[in-house]
Amino acid sequence: MNEAAIAASGLTMRFDGFTAVDEVDLHIEKGELFGLLGPNGPGKSTIIKMLTTMIRPTDGSALVWGHDIGRERDAVRSSIGVVFQDPSVDSQLTGRENLDFHGRMYGMDARLRQKRIEDVLDLVDLAEKADVLLEDYSGGMQRRLEIARGLMHHPDVLFLDEPTLGLDAQTRRYIWEYIQNMNRLEGVTVVITTHYMEEADYLCGRVAIIDRGRIVALDSPKNLKDLIGADLVVLEVGDGHLDDLVGVLSDIDWVVSAEASGDAVALRVDHGESRIPEIVLTASRAGVKIRSVSMHEPTLEDVFLEFTGKKMRDDDTGGGGGKLVAVQSRMRTRRH
Amino acid sequence: MARIDPYAIYSLWLREMIRFFRLKSRVVGSLAPPFFFLAILGMGFRSTMVVPEGIEYIDFLAPGIIGMTLLFSATFGGLSMLWDREFGFLREIMVAPVSRLSIVLGRTAGGVTTAVMQGVIILVPGILMGLKIAGPGGFLLSLVFMVLIATTFNSLGLAFASKMKDMSGFSLIMNFMVFPLFLLSGALFPVENLPSWLRILSYLDPLTYGVDGLRASLVGVSVFPLVLDLAVLAACCAGSLALGAYLFEVSDVE
Repeated sequence: MNEAAIAASGLTMRFDGFTAVDEVDLHIEKGELFGLLGPNGPGKSTIIKMLTTMIRPTDGSALVWGHDIGRERDAVRSSIGVVFQDPSVDSQLTGRENLDFHGRMYGMDARLRQKRIEDVLDLVDLAEKADVLLEDYSGGMQRRLEIARGLMHHPDVLFLDEPTLGLDAQTRRYIWEYIQNMNRLEGVTVVITTHYMEEADYLCGRVAIIDRGRIVALDSPKNLKDLIGADLVVLEVGDGHLDDLVGVLSDIDWVVSAEASGDAVALRVDHGESRIPEIVLTASRAGVKIRSVSMHEPTLEDVFLEFTGKKMRDDDTGGGGGKLVAVQSRMRTRRH
Repeated sequence: MARIDPYAIYSLWLREMIRFFRLKSRVVGSLAPPFFFLAILGMGFRSTMVVPEGIEYIDFLAPGIIGMTLLFSATFGGLSMLWDREFGFLREIMVAPVSRLSIVLGRTAGGVTTAVMQGVIILVPGILMGLKIAGPGGFLLSLVFMVLIATTFNSLGLAFASKMKDMSGFSLIMNFMVFPLFLLSGALFPVENLPSWLRILSYLDPLTYGVDGLRASLVGVSVFPLVLDLAVLAACCAGSLALGAYLFEVSDVE
């Protein structure tokens, strides 16, 4: 008997010559909150669709809670809850009726349904809206109801495909909280796909970075960021000889790398915050006037960049300071 | 896979019932055309239409209009899977641990119930306009025909919906399949009035036997023996149910 929540090997999906998922091996422990992180595109969702028996893999196999996704589809379906990327509610039914329908489809009796409906509605703060038609729910409320529904039948594994796509920042925060709560309080194994870096960083115990249908890196967000190691310090320079400054800075032993780009110098430095005074001093000795200094710690964005050689889309970066990322982007462009 | 799950079937049926009684405007909207057909054609053709001896045109027309109501409502019910696909609810159904056959049976049960309810409702204005029902036995027998007619066309709608990717084919089916089936069925006038080459098409139309059976059970007048109507319709019903179940089984969700 396999002890993993999910064990996939060589999972592959090809559509007319295009390979969406390319021999993915995946091992997810019971109780994990696991993230599939990657840019928009078919890869992540296709993995989820295969694991939830919505489509059959071209090649490879996977066990979900010990059940084969090809041969034991009903057993897999009984073990999982799914929150799809696109809405999947009946807007002509109320929240309670949607949940009631769900409970019956999963063979829950009336008393159990009633109890669970109260429980999961409480969990997502929708108890007051239970008897409102879904068509009168906001997007965020609808999403929360879907999360509640995914949980209602006590699944062993809950799949969430881009759960906060298109939601505002505040709603997204709430949904993160609900996801964490059910992972902790209900002990559900959670597999989430996202293209929001900070979502994966904030929520997930482990993250697999997916690029072009392959897993390019897999570890905890912290370990992944430690791979990048150094902090990024960016100096905006008024006037002076940038190249001289870069030369001087590069010679310092705690500077990992230094590069000039336009009127900015980007440094990779360990423990950046304690080095800033020294950096500024060095610059003024070299006769370079510094207008501003900014620093940021490595993000999963940097990890993604490191492993794939490309940025995720700019509008998806969320936190981390747009300008800084832009500088960094220019820097990278030069390097490659 | 051919496991039957009564609880899931009930759940799907219940959903259709809730939706049916909630969307009152849709019910009124779908009952309006048969009502107008019944009222206006009934009065307009009362004196000129040649119908079998011994009955009034309204006796002839009302069973036909019930057949029409069932045809439209049931086909629409089967095709409504397209809406579920469009709005994503189909995924919720498909990812549940329920066999495809149970899903088909649940949807069909719901669609058939709503169609038959509408058929029975249309009886009321028919009776008000002078339709004379043969008796309670005849009424019960007509219910059997209503269920068979509704199941046949609900399954046919489901079969088409399983093969269609989006809703663009919907009006095509309504206009090129449902309307000819209605007009050829002898719902409005005796099939014998048609030229012989067109009459062949009428005999290929399952609704012809449905309408004839409804007439036989409600008013006691029919072209074919009642047993033949019942046998042909039951065969069509079984065939289209099997076709719908098969095409749904092999269809993709996405």
